[in-house]
Amino acid sequence: MSEARPLGGRVFTIPFAFGVLVILIALFYLFKRFTLGLGPVTGMNDGYPWGLWIAYDVNVGTAFACGGYAMAILIYVFNKGEFSPLLKPAILTSMFGYILGGVSVFIDIGRYWQMHNVFLPWHANIHSALLEVALCIAAYCLILLIEFSPVVLQHFHIKDLQKKLNRVLFIFVALGILLPTMHQSSLGSLMILAGSKLSPLWWTNLLPLLFLIAALLLGYAVVIFETSLSGIAYQNFEEIRLIKKLSNLVPWILIVFLILRFFSVALQGALGAMFAGDLAGNIFLLENILLIAALVFFFQAKNRDKHSRLIWAAFCLILGAGLYRFNAYITGYDPGNGWHYFPTFGEAMVTLGIVAIEVLGYLWIVKRFPVLALPRKKGAE
Amino acid sequence: MSIQRRDFLKAALGGSLAAAASARPGLAASQGRDLPPEALGILYDSNLCIGCQACMTACKQANDMPVEFSGQQTTWDNPLDLSAKTLNIIKMYDGGDTPAFVKRQCLHCLEPGCVSACPVSALEKDPKTGIVTYDKKACIGCRYCQVACPYNVPKFEWDNPFPQIRKCELCNHLLAEERYAACCEACPTGASLFGPVKELRQEAERRLNMEPGQYHEFPVNHISTGKTQTHKAEAYVPKIYGADELGGTQVMLLSGVDFNKLGLPEVRDKSYVSDLEGLSSKLYSYMLLPAAVFGGLLYVAKRHGDHE
Repeated sequence: MSEARPLGGRVFTIPFAFGVLVILIALFYLFKRFTLGLGPVTGMNDGYPWGLWIAYDVNVGTAFACGGYAMAILIYVFNKGEFSPLLKPAILTSMFGYILGGVSVFIDIGRYWQMHNVFLPWHANIHSALLEVALCIAAYCLILLIEFSPVVLQHFHIKDLQKKLNRVLFIFVALGILLPTMHQSSLGSLMILAGSKLSPLWWTNLLPLLFLIAALLLGYAVVIFETSLSGIAYQNFEEIRLIKKLSNLVPWILIVFLILRFFSVALQGALGAMFAGDLAGNIFLLENILLIAALVFFFQAKNRDKHSRLIWAAFCLILGAGLYRFNAYITGYDPGNGWHYFPTFGEAMVTLGIVAIEVLGYLWIVKRFPVLALPRKKGAE
Repeated sequence: MSIQRRDFLKAALGGSLAAAASARPGLAASQGRDLPPEALGILYDSNLCIGCQACMTACKQANDMPVEFSGQQTTWDNPLDLSAKTLNIIKMYDGGDTPAFVKRQCLHCLEPGCVSACPVSALEKDPKTGIVTYDKKACIGCRYCQVACPYNVPKFEWDNPFPQIRKCELCNHLLAEERYAACCEACPTGASLFGPVKELRQEAERRLNMEPGQYHEFPVNHISTGKTQTHKAEAYVPKIYGADELGGTQVMLLSGVDFNKLGLPEVRDKSYVSDLEGLSSKLYSYMLLPAAVFGGLLYVAKRHGDHE
């Protein structure tokens, strides 16, 4: 049997120091961004007004952070309580991913000192998909903090509040499923307005549905990937058993996604465009080869009972589905008139700095707080 | 603004059946291509344009815009394209025998993507004149308007730590002084003609029916003032750019050269705004669907909630 408890061990290790260094470099470029403007630090321009910070940090990053959402659906909607040991670490990853996605928005938007206008009803444009995304993500950040708070309460032995929270937690669980369903699909809806500037290999009225399924896939893939690695590292066979069960479900969702994906491209009459030999065509092929490879690995893992195949499956799925969402924002987007975009070093360092905060924060918390479901200590029965 | 506030409150109140029973407030999509009641616009006629760029100077003065230097020199205003410093530009197309000109600026769409995109109503379409205006006090600088504009018109001040979005607002601020778009006030040939969109459309149709080589009267500056000049009509591409493009625009163009060659994108008639708002009006009508889903989730979360 397993129980949630702190992993223990030193927090400040050599990899940790390396992460801190990355964060310091990111802070240097952030200082430049806030004193000189977005132009001198990033590769963004009037043709490509969105770059790495929105397309990766927000759009892909929050989808990577859908583990909490994806597991909650399985556990609460489909009543698969056996998976609940995987929920806490997933929610922790989600919490970091979403809150730092919000931080990225603040860094990216030009008039950040007026960001609160998004919350003022007299400024609201209810027809704006972006307003919905902004409000839902902000609300979901709060929900994730509340969903994660039992871990903190348990750590500090605040039993009273813990009990009260437990009674109403189902409300936050329900919101924690509703809100990501809304904003993860709306992140796709956003690009409907890009219209003819987005290649027909990505543009479709099904964007919201595809983005939602991609978010689910990424959520499960990240849970499988993370848990597989930690399961091997800590010889946690209980977790590996759960992951194998979870892996029976994922390829079927992936098949639905691929069918819808190719159906939508066919609907645009753009199937031929994938062989055009241009950037959009090639990256489309890469994206789908990764997804099909993931599918093959998933089925191999099932038949031959090979755990390493599962890690590969999750890895390909993370790359493929992540690439899908990134391409729909950047690579498949061409405003014409010779505009180009490639992220600058500083821009990439800020993104890496944010990833570093996520990783270091995760490591610190699992070492000090009862998050991971670990095998019971010997003699602790 | 007041209409939008009511929209928002209604939406926020979500599940109330009373709200659902009342008529849905008009989306851009449901208004289709109806012109705003006093829609104002510009008809630009490439055949009449002599490329003098008087409109560019007038635009910079009227909107208090800085000069823009391209290349090494720092003496002359010589922008290469629309930018956060240049809201209106005349570009020359080298078509072999005779050059052709094109005027680029905000087209003031009838179903503007930027307005639909903007989360904080910084970009709004005036319900009377149809002018798409910008309010920097509302703007958060998210730049979704730039993504959503099919013509790449809104520009961002990339080199300013406190940036704004910049775009042509059809000299909205001059209307109160009984003036109109400075580019049209300055145009010496009538190539840029200001006026009510309805009349401009009729004028454009009239020009398309002219026989090339014949002399005709062409209104100058403002179509309603009656001031005209005589010009020899030249052959037109039989199309008004902006009549149907993505639901139509209030700034329209005529040309003797393919619009594609002049840098104007070929786009379909149906706006992407109507795609998006058609979708969201189905999914988010009064938040009924989300409210129902939330109810269902509450039920299952309560029932299946004892897994901890």
